[in-house]
Amino acid sequence: MIDSVQKRLLSEVADLHEVPQGAYSLRINGNLYGKNDSENISIVAKEDKPGIDIYIKPGTKKESLHIPVLLSQTGLKELVYNDFHIGEDCDVTIVAGCGIHNSGDGESEHSGIHSFFVGKNARVKYVEKHYGEGDGNGKNVMNPTTVAHLEEGSYLEMETTQIKGVDSTRRATRATLKSGATLIVKEKIMTHGNQFAETDFAVDLDGEDCGTHVISRSVARDQSRQTFLSRVKGNNRCNGHTECDAIIMDDAQVTALPQIEANHVEAALIHEAAIGKIAGEQLIKLMTLGLTEKEAEAEIINGFLR
Amino acid sequence: MLELINLSYQTEDGKVILKDVNLQIDDRFVAITGPNGSGKSTLAKLIAGIYMPTSGKILLDGEDITEKSITERAKCGVSFAFQQPVRFKGITVKDLISLAAGTKISVSEACKYLSEVGLCAKDYINREADESLSGGELKRIEIAMINARGTKLSVFDEPEAGIDLWSFQNLIQVFRGMHERTHGTILIISHQERILDIADKIVVIAGGTVAAYGEKSEILPELLNAQAGCRFTKEVRV
Repeated sequence: MIDSVQKRLLSEVADLHEVPQGAYSLRINGNLYGKNDSENISIVAKEDKPGIDIYIKPGTKKESLHIPVLLSQTGLKELVYNDFHIGEDCDVTIVAGCGIHNSGDGESEHSGIHSFFVGKNARVKYVEKHYGEGDGNGKNVMNPTTVAHLEEGSYLEMETTQIKGVDSTRRATRATLKSGATLIVKEKIMTHGNQFAETDFAVDLDGEDCGTHVISRSVARDQSRQTFLSRVKGNNRCNGHTECDAIIMDDAQVTALPQIEANHVEAALIHEAAIGKIAGEQLIKLMTLGLTEKEAEAEIINGFLR
Repeated sequence: MLELINLSYQTEDGKVILKDVNLQIDDRFVAITGPNGSGKSTLAKLIAGIYMPTSGKILLDGEDITEKSITERAKCGVSFAFQQPVRFKGITVKDLISLAAGTKISVSEACKYLSEVGLCAKDYINREADESLSGGELKRIEIAMINARGTKLSVFDEPEAGIDLWSFQNLIQVFRGMHERTHGTILIISHQERILDIADKIVVIAGGTVAAYGEKSEILPELLNAQAGCRFTKEVRV
């Protein structure tokens, strides 16, 4: 049975209230709690190391897969390998997420290495939420790595969110794109207290007419620290755009290092990075609508991270 | 009724912007005009609570609001439309109108406020109020927010600023409609003859004080008498 703490984590990271319908894999406290295959999606536990292989049949349309991970046992550290083999012409949604409840003094850590093999002309939407909570002194640590290989004409959209309770995170994303492939990344991060978050993208635009948009929005409050790194290489006729937009508050620190490298005369690459506090005129505008300064600040941040 | 009693404002470095402004405003539509740098925008910001006066009092329906914050004044029934509307990343047009109305509004209510300012609601309702909107579009959304608030006093700081001629024609229609519908007072800072022409009364501010205040029929012809120069602003400048 899933206990009430685990249920809450499940609802935070995957908007699920029970074990999901359809294809899923649920990992709790370092063990595979349950899994279910569908006609088109099969999930196979790895034998040589922790993790799963997921096979999605070519031509699978409008199906979704849930792979949440929950940690409620303090001090547990794990490293999991999940490989997604997505067949040609698929159109699928994958919902991942990790929730940690740490009520003890030990450091809890979940590090996932996700590899995506996106077949020709397939479309994948990948949604990932990271959430931490706990009433002890133990730290919640998550270090996700994503490696994506996009075949010709494929499309991968990654939406990643880390809003609450993760003390330390190092997030690495690597992608290679073949001709006509598209990678969209939308990342949202909020850090507070003494938290630390580093996010590091490296995208190789290898094929003709491939393209990427990497968009990161973050809010750093209190004494927290954030680092944003992004490297986009244009090795062919391609389009690349990377954007980091951060709101800094209190005594936080934010570093943004966007880097673009063109190795082809028809590579069109843009980077944008902006860090700043909430504009005074935004606060004043919302206060003239009757909001207090605190309410105005919350609305601005909620909108920014939506 | 809005009453300004001996209202003065000077900057931190001692520059006097407004001096002993006395006004009683009770009509449906009052325009404030005057030369650039005469203190009109400062006056609007003092009324909204964005600036605090150096001396003097502001009364709204007899209640002294001089010491009240921006938020408190908004709750007392003061609305303020910025000269340069503010952009927000991630906040939609519907969110802004909901915040203005003080309650989650339905799509049809949002449509009503947007169509009043000449915007097709379905094109705008879910759009973010960010860089993707033009200055003219944002201006109209700003006005829709003021209408959604429906307060007893609505202050507009140069609504025509930054608007192209085509949008301006529509803006005049929007303000004519508001003049007909309002249940409170619209106080509008403007240089535009066609906006002044909608007003019931006109206030002329020059050199940081009230140079003239009266019925439109009395003030406007004098303002438009360009060849002779305006009597009101001349008198103050001498």
